[in-house]
Amino acid sequence: MKPEEYSRRQQELAGWAVTIETYKLGDVYHCTIANVDPGARFARADGSTKQEAEERAIEKATRYLAQTRRFDV
Amino acid sequence: MAADKRADVLVTTDWVAKHASDAGVRVVEVDVDTSSYDQGHVPGAAGWNWTTELCDTLVRDIVPAKKLEELLGKSGIDNKTTIVLYGDNNNWFAAWAFWQLKVYGHADVRIMDGGRKKWLAEGRDLSTEKSTFPAATYKAGAPDLSLRAFLPEVQQAVAGKKAALVDVRSPQEFTGEILAPPGLPETCQRGGHIPGAKSIPWGKNCNDDGSFKSFDELKALYAEKGITGSEPVIAYCRIGERSSLTWFAMKYLLGFDNVKNYDGSWTEWGNLVGAAVEKP
Repeated sequence: MKPEEYSRRQQELAGWAVTIETYKLGDVYHCTIANVDPGARFARADGSTKQEAEERAIEKATRYLAQTRRFDV
Repeated sequence: MAADKRADVLVTTDWVAKHASDAGVRVVEVDVDTSSYDQGHVPGAAGWNWTTELCDTLVRDIVPAKKLEELLGKSGIDNKTTIVLYGDNNNWFAAWAFWQLKVYGHADVRIMDGGRKKWLAEGRDLSTEKSTFPAATYKAGAPDLSLRAFLPEVQQAVAGKKAALVDVRSPQEFTGEILAPPGLPETCQRGGHIPGAKSIPWGKNCNDDGSFKSFDELKALYAEKGITGSEPVIAYCRIGERSSLTWFAMKYLLGFDNVKNYDGSWTEWGNLVGAAVEKP
């Protein structure tokens, strides 16, 4: 099988820059979210539509990002 | 300083598409996100889980020799197999696996340049079937500790300035603004960096498509911070996987002779009682 509808974009979530990558394989849309710096994938979700997969992944990512503390330096 | 060994350790996505099924070649996916393999992988590739298969799950340590022998054996890999590693995050944990395989002396290990990101972006074939292989016999070599730095050596490097320390984490982790990459669990008590370390984030080794930069670009990147390979170098990050990628770039793409990966990294140093921390 070949991945279809591959997309990759950057946006801000909960004050952090993230990369959202989505593709369809067979009947399933896969979405993964990584922080831009350093580039680690930390949330993912599947769905029957692109919108469903991305909404689920974004919900998880937002929850995880809210737990990241910033310290004064 | 030795020459660029790029051709010996990197293969292109094209090469993998043509040779993944060749006798004597085994492609292996190793990801940060251990579910990535199930979302589609290079057809015929094995999948290794870094959290359970590439470490000692009881003691904090790299994979024990016997466990590695079992993993390679069930992956159909013997001592003469060409192992081609790739993964997500521009090959973070593919580099981690590469480093461990070199510690145990495997001769022919390579990385697919650009990793999973480039393979996907190029729209290449993916399989969701779990690959199985005829069992093979593997014998690990004695660990080559010239590739690995432990805490006492890092402490000596700080005290005696006998080795250059390269911190490959993000600038925000280096300064102590954050303790771990955004969205990931915090696993240290203090933020900052090991005194004297130079900040050269791992991502600067890579192009936008995930592939490694050229020899000249990498040479300039490290030279700008005084890292030329003329003195020993120790790379570290948070748990040792990002620094495996930098270790790979310095040792094999730049040809530095004396480079070690400090896999204890910030989760060891940043939790040590009494250890000096530099900020920002």
